[in-house]
Formats: sequence, structure tokens, C-alpha cells
Amino acid sequence: MSPGDPYFDWDWTFRHLDDIWVQLYNHLFLTVLAVGIGFVISLPLALLVVRRRALYAPVTSAAGILYTIPSLALFALLVPIPGFGFSVKTAEVGLVSYTLLILIRNIAAGLDSVADDVREAAVGMGYSPAQLLFKVELPLALPVIVAGLRVATVTTIGLVTVTSLIGVENLGQLILDGINRLFNTPLVIGAVLSIALAIAADLALLGGQRLIAPWTRVRGRSA
Amino acid sequence: MDPRAGAVGVSALWNYVTDNLGLIGERTLQHIAISGASLGIALVVALPLGLWLGHTGRGALIAVNSSNIGRALPSLALIALFLGVFGLSNTTTIVALAALGIPPILTNAYTGVREVDRDVVEAARGMGMRGSQILRDVELPLAAPVILAGVRTSAVQIVATATLGAVIAGGGLGRFITDGFAVHDTAQILTGAITVALLSIATELSLGGLEHAVTPAGLRVRRGGPAPPRLSAADQVTEVA
Repeated sequence: MSPGDPYFDWDWTFRHLDDIWVQLYNHLFLTVLAVGIGFVISLPLALLVVRRRALYAPVTSAAGILYTIPSLALFALLVPIPGFGFSVKTAEVGLVSYTLLILIRNIAAGLDSVADDVREAAVGMGYSPAQLLFKVELPLALPVIVAGLRVATVTTIGLVTVTSLIGVENLGQLILDGINRLFNTPLVIGAVLSIALAIAADLALLGGQRLIAPWTRVRGRSA
Repeated sequence: MDPRAGAVGVSALWNYVTDNLGLIGERTLQHIAISGASLGIALVVALPLGLWLGHTGRGALIAVNSSNIGRALPSLALIALFLGVFGLSNTTTIVALAALGIPPILTNAYTGVREVDRDVVEAARGMGMRGSQILRDVELPLAAPVILAGVRTSAVQIVATATLGAVIAGGGLGRFITDGFAVHDTAQILTGAITVALLSIATELSLGGLEHAVTPAGLRVRRGGPAPPRLSAADQVTEVA
């Protein structure tokens, strides 16, 4: 076959199904790891900025500056640091830093949406601060938090493709392979699967939210 | 690890920058030109459409959801898909970036106009203003901050993603990064990364300033009130890197 053929090569696709499957798995793994770590960092920071309102602006501005840096530039800034290089670690540090602004803002907005009356009622019923957080505030904030997780996840899935430029294996490698060989098939597979993964992850998170918090079904907001 | 690695890096970076000032300037201008062309196309397509949809109240589903759909399109994938149409050229980058830049402008233009107090619009109508006058003299000024926020989001996204244009042999500052990766030249990589990061931050800050400048004085007071505002859904992030 000659390079640059416009049609989709099903033969190639079937011969490379294993490889495609592995890259899809890698893509999902990198995404889940980044959003998971991002959430673990963002939750305490969001709790902090909600309790100490003066810290909201500086924390979100710092996360906002990180967010403004183009992804390829951020990875490029990390690569020369000893111990980073062209590695999954470099990719993850970059990906996690992009989730922070989205997650901190949404978790804080979610906690903030809990009515003061509800908080006072819980305190009056003798809830400890921890009980108040886990049994009242977080469940009520869930729709807005999940909205943030959905945006963070979908955004991360897109950014993971860029990490293929620092040699990390994922669907982006199929896209790069297609570009380098001017061969449409892997390019289209990589692009379409990453979009499909983003849509599937978005729907899965929305479904998960409805499963664990059925009361949000009616007034649940989406991002 | 060589303890002097950092110091050597800095002097190597300095040497690279001073030796390549012309090239840096050229690629910066190229980056700005590509981004500007994309933003221009996105504005021409999205702004009139968003304003019209907002003014008439039609097409809410498309206008509001276009950013959600836009977010699901990975930038590299989008550039790759347009590659099949326009080949290895800056045109591919410009068209892909324009497509990426449309949703935030469309959504914000629609939302901005829709969120204008309906009483104000009714009052304008009562005063005998025509639809086009209402849009131009009432809705547009009041919606300007929200519209410009969309333009800022779009512009920052475009400037950031233009970096990826280098991957398809296009121009722009991303070339320093991809070329640097190819030959393992840290100084070149850092030159590209730092310049493009500064350009993105400058875009964000300058358009943020413009946004503040066009905010009608009456709306500004509410924002800077004495009590820190409660965080609202409007505070949720709508941008993508």
C-alpha cells in the first residue's frame, strides 16, 4: 500500500488489534492515575480555601497559571529535570497539575453550595466536624464535585495523547505513528478511540453519580 | 547527578537564546500569526451565531453543549484528523485550532446574551427599540464581560494548542520543543517551553484586563463588593489547556 491512502485499512486494524487494545488500556490507566492523584491533592486544598476564604484567590491563581501553560511546554519544562526525562512520571506530574484548577474550584463550589441551615442543623444534632464533612457536606456537594471530575477526566484524556510526544505509550502513539508515516489508519483509530474514551468516561461518571446519589437525578447539574 | 548540571543548563540556555534571538522572534511572530488567524476564524463563525441564538433564545442545546463536545475533542486528535484534509501545513493547524476555539466563544456569547435581565430587554422594547437595536445597545454591552471571557478562554486554548502544530511540521514555537526532543538539546527545549508559556500567560492576562475594562461600571460594583462572593456555578472551570 502507498502512504497517504485516504481510505481506512481494516486489514491493518485487525492485525494490530492487540496493540490498539494495549494503548487504549494505557490511556485509561494514565487518566485514572492522574485524576485520582489530582483529587487526593485537591480535596484538602479545597477544604482549606473554603474554610480560609482569603486563600481562595492565591490558590486558584497558582493553579490557574499552571493551567495556562501549554501541555507540551509543561512536559518540556519537566523533561530536563534530573529523575524525570521522557517518562511516565513526567507525564503524570504534568497531567495531575492540569486537574488541580478544575477539581479545587469545583470541590470548593460544591462545599460552598451546602446551605448554612443544613450545616447548623447537623451541628445542632451533635455531628462532629468529621461527620459533618463526610455525612452532610460531601454528599450534598457530590453533583458539583462529580461535574468537576467529569471535566477533569475528559480534559486529561485529551492531554494524555500529548504525552505520546515524550515517549509515553497511549492512543497518542497511534496518532503520531499515523502522522510520521502519513498513514491514515492508525491516526484515525487513535483519534476516534480517544474521543470515544472521553465520551464513555464522561457517561460512566455521570452514571456512577446517579447510582451512589440517586437524589441528584432530578436537580443534578452537569458541567 | 552532576551538582553543576543546573548551572551549566542556565548558561547553555543563555547561550542558545542569545545565539538564536532572530529565530525566536520569527517563530514567536509565526505562533502569533497562526493563533491570530485561528481566533479570527473562530470569532467570525461563533460570535454572530452565538449572539443571534442568544438574542432569539433558539438552539440552547447546541450553544450550551458545544463546549462539552469541544472538550471531548483531544487537540492532537483534532489536528491529526484535519491532517487528512489539508496535509502537512500550517493550514491544518489553523483550521484545527479554529474548530477548537469556536465552542467557548459560542457558548459564552449565547449564555451572556441570555443572562441579560429580561426586564431590561422588555424595558428597551417598551421604549420602542427594534430587535437589532436591543442586541447592539442593550444585550451586547451587558453581555460583553461574559462574551470576552469566552474569547479569552478560546484565545489561550488556541495559543497553547498552536504549540502542537510543530508536530505536523508546521511553524510556531513548538518547533523548538519538538526539534529539541529529537536532538536531545535541553537548551532548545527550554527556550521553546518558556517562550510559549510566557506567550500563553500574556494572552490570558491581557485579555483578562480587556474583560475588566469592558465590564460596565454597574456590574463591576457587584463583583468587588465588601463581602467575598460565594462561589457559584459560574466559577466552575470551562477552559481546556
